[in-house]
Amino acid sequence: MAALRLIQRARLLRGIRAFFDDAGFLEVDTPLLDAAANPDPQVQPVVAQVNGRRRYLATSPEFAMKRLLAAGSGSIYQIAHAFRDEEQGRRHLAEFLLLEWYAVGFDYRQLMAQVEDLLRHLWPEAPGDFRRLGYVEAFERHAGLNPLNEPVEGLRAAAAACAPGLRSADLSRDDCLDLLMSLKVAPAFEGFTFVVDYPASQAALARLKPGDPRLAERFELYFGDLELANGFGELTDAAEQRARFEADNTRRAALGLPPCPVDEALLGALEQGLPECSGVALGLDRLLMAMTGAARIDAVQSLG
Amino acid sequence: MASYSTNEFRSGLKVMVDGDPCAIIENEFVKPGKGQAFNRVKIRNLKTGRVLEKTYKSGETLEAADVMDIDMQYLYNDGEFYHFMVPDTFEQHAADEAAVGDAAKWLKAQDICEVTLYNGSPISVTPPNFVELEIVETDPGLRGDTAQGGNKPAKLETGAVVKVPLFLEEGEVIKVDTRSGEYMGRVKG
Repeated sequence: MAALRLIQRARLLRGIRAFFDDAGFLEVDTPLLDAAANPDPQVQPVVAQVNGRRRYLATSPEFAMKRLLAAGSGSIYQIAHAFRDEEQGRRHLAEFLLLEWYAVGFDYRQLMAQVEDLLRHLWPEAPGDFRRLGYVEAFERHAGLNPLNEPVEGLRAAAAACAPGLRSADLSRDDCLDLLMSLKVAPAFEGFTFVVDYPASQAALARLKPGDPRLAERFELYFGDLELANGFGELTDAAEQRARFEADNTRRAALGLPPCPVDEALLGALEQGLPECSGVALGLDRLLMAMTGAARIDAVQSLG
Repeated sequence: MASYSTNEFRSGLKVMVDGDPCAIIENEFVKPGKGQAFNRVKIRNLKTGRVLEKTYKSGETLEAADVMDIDMQYLYNDGEFYHFMVPDTFEQHAADEAAVGDAAKWLKAQDICEVTLYNGSPISVTPPNFVELEIVETDPGLRGDTAQGGNKPAKLETGAVVKVPLFLEEGEVIKVDTRSGEYMGRVKG
């Protein structure tokens, strides 16, 4: 019933604001239209034409919020719509609602504890405990292989075995790992599971682990096999960030995707100095799916 | 010929897979937030009726299949081919046994069927959801037994055999759901 959905969404937003106001975080509100975009080849921005200029709808508020952090905002949170082209399915919409927050002075493990506190606050009757499972261990346990050492042929064979009719010969290591995560590893999860320490090739905007550069300080939270949140120990090194953006645009070109203008304002902010912090984005539609048992993301939208 | 990218996949779309025309039945999009997207699809081969699963990396394309579903009136069977006609244009098409398949046992002259054409030739026939057919063979009716739930086999004029209530007699006309093969009721003459 539509009225119930509206009440559930409103209660969730109220609970989030109460939690962060209590924790001393400042709510912020950054623009969704930008001249630059995240060049991550796995995320396609929605392009808009504004006053005759090419603009991008934010795929997440991450870059804008990091500029605020570098300018000295302190810990901040934002509830924002995010837009991603070519994502449509039972658990995906081109427009969805994110809660994103940055905790200054927190490492990514402390941030995971805060994610847990928030979810306990928003959903006190949630079933089960929160488990933490290394990415490598998750694959060893549920896919029977080591994601860092397994030769690419072995990864392709494992991917083909769980995806009938897959042409696996052209898949990269990360393609195979992503498919195995979706179809084999995550379906074995029960209750809340933090997957921790992703391979460096999937670091995105996380910093590499000091002492083990094969891994990145990145985590994801799953509820069953439903992915809810993605967090990083944030990369603060401007030169490293520029190199990753350039590598992303090179990969975009190789995949036949248009390049994305690099966010010079973000790189400038990183050069000025991003405080040591950790940040996470939590999909609120997905959380509502988990809380209400909805099988489809459409079922928790305000309209439709 | 046009082609479709994975983000255009939806149920009902007709595409070429491994050289055969197929219809997409289900399309599931899977993607870890920061990772590669894939489409897992269930596809029906329109020639054989078999259902198969495929997994495509998002961005892959499939060629469109030149397939059309057209309502046609069933005319007659000449022993080898089943003949259909498009009512508006009187254009006729002959379908072989492989194309008609299981639909054959429901085909009655004059009924409107959905005929699927691939490159202009019939490859499958879908009978109407409900047909009215005469019982040509069944055990004698048991009067006074209408309250009991029992049933018996009855052969219909097109050759189909369905389960009917015990009180029905040869010569009566019944309504049948062709999707389930179930008896729906007696048609009053």
